[in-house]
Amino acid sequence: MSDSTLTAAHAVSFARNAAPADYFALLKPRVMSLVVFTSAVGMVLAPGELHPVLIFAALFCIAAGAGASGAINMWFDRDIDARMPRTSGRPVPSGRVLPGTALTFGVWLAVGSVTLMALAINWLSAILLATTICFYVFIYTMWLKRRTPQNIVIGGAAGALPPVIGWAAVAGEVGLAALVLFFIIFVWTPPHFWALALVRADEYKKVGVPMLPVVAGPAVTRRHIFWYSVALVSFSFMPVVIGLSGVIYGIGAAFLGSVFMMMAALIRCRRRNDDAQRLFSFSILYLFLIFVLLAVDHIFPSSFPYVL
Amino acid sequence: MPLHDVHRRQKVKNMAIALGLAGLIVLFFLITLAKFSPEPGQ
Repeated sequence: MSDSTLTAAHAVSFARNAAPADYFALLKPRVMSLVVFTSAVGMVLAPGELHPVLIFAALFCIAAGAGASGAINMWFDRDIDARMPRTSGRPVPSGRVLPGTALTFGVWLAVGSVTLMALAINWLSAILLATTICFYVFIYTMWLKRRTPQNIVIGGAAGALPPVIGWAAVAGEVGLAALVLFFIIFVWTPPHFWALALVRADEYKKVGVPMLPVVAGPAVTRRHIFWYSVALVSFSFMPVVIGLSGVIYGIGAAFLGSVFMMMAALIRCRRRNDDAQRLFSFSILYLFLIFVLLAVDHIFPSSFPYVL
Repeated sequence: MPLHDVHRRQKVKNMAIALGLAGLIVLFFLITLAKFSPEPGQ
């Protein structure tokens, strides 16, 4: 038996002994947690009622669907993941899970989550879940990511859909308020990922992913981050405008928006990467707190006349 | 990797699969019960 055969056999044997934690890592648990949280808030805000078990089942399906997208993404991106320090420790590039196993795991999870959603909840939420998975896998991962610097702008739609799925699971329809939740995440995505891309520009350049700082340079990226932040903070008041939220949310969104704008302005003026890293970290907290405020304001309703 | 480590990892993996499947069965059962329970307000 040749050395290469032995090495290949050893790699297969090693991958066959992947720990459950490796399969869990394939699901991108940190992304999944934000997806589940925003979906849960969508369910809280939606008109209508759903049995607690069905709420759990819907969140389980959304989590599994998000995880499936992550696993298929890791299968497809294994070549570039292996060459980037941030992603080289993932289960597929590090050899702990075989690429084919990751793909099979992702596909079955996707099929299972959409099927269960259709049978247990309703067809609309199942169709939205399937759309989210397909958009993330085919449109973002396979088509846009390696072709255009607008990859995360358009691809952001996949990350923005979960609260709409949660809304549809409870209400059985998608209204204006659900679309507002969608657009908050959609406009949040570019400054979030471009801040990361500014810090990791060299890595993206090395593997040929045309992120905005690689293609257009850091100055253009900083300008884009600033103007998208203006759009995000402006749009974050839309729930108050359409009557979805009241004073609690409005005050909270104004405070969080001020901090976000200050950080975006610092990135533009000082041109330092640690400012970009800080905005990237804060943007996660920002989105989390915006959705916390939406839920709190809904559970403890407030209005201007009531408060005054 | 030593053989006992391979066996231990295999055991953990099998246990995780078994627990996952058991959890799914319980979830399906609870979903069935929830689907048959009367709507709120009825």
